[in-house]
Amino acid sequence: MLKYLEGSHAVSQVVAMCRPQVISAYPITPQTHIVEDLARLVGEGQLDAEFINVESEFSAASVVLGAAAAGARTYTTTTSQGLLLMNEVIYCIAGMRLPIVLTCANRAISAPLNIWNDHSDSMTVRDAGWIQLHAEDNQEAADLHAQAFKIAEQTSLPLMVCMDGFILTHAFEPVDIPEQKEIDAFLPPFKPQHIVDPRWPRALGLYADPRFYMETRYILHRALEKSEQVISRVSADFAKSFGRESGGLIKTYNLEDAEVVIVTMGSIAGTIKDLIDQLSEEGKKVGLLQICSFRPFPKQEVYRVLKDKMNIVVLEKSVSLGRGGILASDIRWSFPRGEKGRSISSYIAGLGGRNISTDALREMVARVEKEQVDLAFLSLNQEIIAERDL
Amino acid sequence: MEISAEELNRVEKKNLFASGHRACGGCGQALAARLVADAAGENTIACVATGCLEIFSSPYPDPNWRIPFLHSLFENVSAVASGVEAAYKILKKGPVNIIAQGGDGSTADIGFQSISGMFERGHNVLYICYDNEAYMNTGVQRSSFTPYGAKTTTTPMGNRTRKKNLPMLAADHGIPYVATATVDDYRDLQRKVKKALTIEGPKYLHVLAPCPLGWGHGGDLTVQICRLAKATCLFPVFEIFYGEISNIQKVPQKLPVEEYLRLQARFKHLFKRGEPTKIVAEIQEIANQNIARFNL
Repeated sequence: MLKYLEGSHAVSQVVAMCRPQVISAYPITPQTHIVEDLARLVGEGQLDAEFINVESEFSAASVVLGAAAAGARTYTTTTSQGLLLMNEVIYCIAGMRLPIVLTCANRAISAPLNIWNDHSDSMTVRDAGWIQLHAEDNQEAADLHAQAFKIAEQTSLPLMVCMDGFILTHAFEPVDIPEQKEIDAFLPPFKPQHIVDPRWPRALGLYADPRFYMETRYILHRALEKSEQVISRVSADFAKSFGRESGGLIKTYNLEDAEVVIVTMGSIAGTIKDLIDQLSEEGKKVGLLQICSFRPFPKQEVYRVLKDKMNIVVLEKSVSLGRGGILASDIRWSFPRGEKGRSISSYIAGLGGRNISTDALREMVARVEKEQVDLAFLSLNQEIIAERDL
Repeated sequence: MEISAEELNRVEKKNLFASGHRACGGCGQALAARLVADAAGENTIACVATGCLEIFSSPYPDPNWRIPFLHSLFENVSAVASGVEAAYKILKKGPVNIIAQGGDGSTADIGFQSISGMFERGHNVLYICYDNEAYMNTGVQRSSFTPYGAKTTTTPMGNRTRKKNLPMLAADHGIPYVATATVDDYRDLQRKVKKALTIEGPKYLHVLAPCPLGWGHGGDLTVQICRLAKATCLFPVFEIFYGEISNIQKVPQKLPVEEYLRLQARFKHLFKRGEPTKIVAEIQEIANQNIARFNL
């Protein structure tokens, strides 16, 4: 049913329909509306779950770790500093192969303190062994959560749904919220594989010495790689069941005859599509590649759709300080070595909620048409820099 | 849940924390972990913090636990146990004994926030702290449970602070049961584990567990050291029900603290040419305060 509601509530309603049994979270802006709504649903008896109010994000992640190890379907959500505080547990959850679902309401990280959107937070755990899926809009954010539990439980991998803080979490849009029976038909109950249970004593979380550790990391890496197929399959199943495309590995817009391709993740895709339409009317052929699955990184899919494209610009809301674009690195790596003549530019944009305007994007396209830009920061205020930068 | 006096006083030998672990000879923590597992019985989940106990009992592929074992990190065992309890509740799989266990560092220092959260939220979990008074797994560094005067690798001149009083801090959370125990008195320790497991809500059991390596005494003296800790009134043994201290173990024949200190290399610097320094008198004062406070 089409409902006009806030992104956070679109997510909380679908999460509730996925029947998580243990939910634990700690308040942090802009994630709070999700947990408030879930707490209400549990409190009113609409959702049969244990909702554990903890004293930190570190404990929120640890509670769901314990609950998942005991066989419950579990959910948590956080952002920014909260995700950084969880960091140690995040790695442990992946290493223990616990299919926990987490929503990251993407936000900048300190210092300076900033509550607005970028992707710096989820980037800090991109190598932790979690699947990371980026939502473009609230419909996709909601839909990805239905898919998330299925993918996580089929792969025994934890999954992070990344949705842009405020831009999505606090935006009201019409969202098609499925019926409970539709979700029940799509998502079977959780059948955990390895749990702590006195009826069948086993040990979880052993330490591994150098004879065994490396293999566990290799197996985890392979599991991530192999999860590409599951992400695609679950996305296709979802389209069959619900009649709309959501998620998957990548999405494209106007790519076929594009001379310049913008590659990005998350909600900025909407703005870029508007720009592409404007430019198209002016006779400029610009296309879009959206990365939905940032981890696992769908290298082959990226190459399949970009192999004939000679002018690519990667626009991303995070930066590896001292190195440059993170997504840009992954895109560059997607092409076989030795392929020459391709221009791949890297733009950092929207850090800490800085507005990304169509005008600025238009200038970016105009510039990359002329030259390859190794690294640029979009819409920097040069006056502030002049005062500080020696 | 009721438990008969006979069952409470029975000494349990089930070997649920089986032989084959890799603890040092005379390890107080290994002894305590075995007594705890056997007292708790088969229907128990052991959540263990990173530390000596975890390391000597859970190398892949041969852990020695015969009850379910769950370990993830150093500072989060209370929260992990909270999650296990929540899962058992919602999955209606209980009743089951959930015991979170850790050393003094993971309990009182890095895990203090987590344990406080677990107490405050009221989870039905028994937390057992094996107190060996320093970070032994990393090579004997000072913790907030290191006693006054003790030498560790990070207090080479002797520790200048007094032990954090976690049993009282636990009791002040308003939890139903807090107790202290030592590994020499296995009947008392097992009785307290069994009693705690009959009580709904968070429980805290503080067990003095000597570390021959870190304390500098022979592995054959572990039991003797515990007895002296009690006889010198440096480690009072008691129970607290909903904030009320009770069942204090009286010490009819009190010994001077020197008797306890002289057996351990970590206190050796407190004696110059065999004569006690003023630190020994200060430690005696700590014992005297215990005597007054608990009417030992």
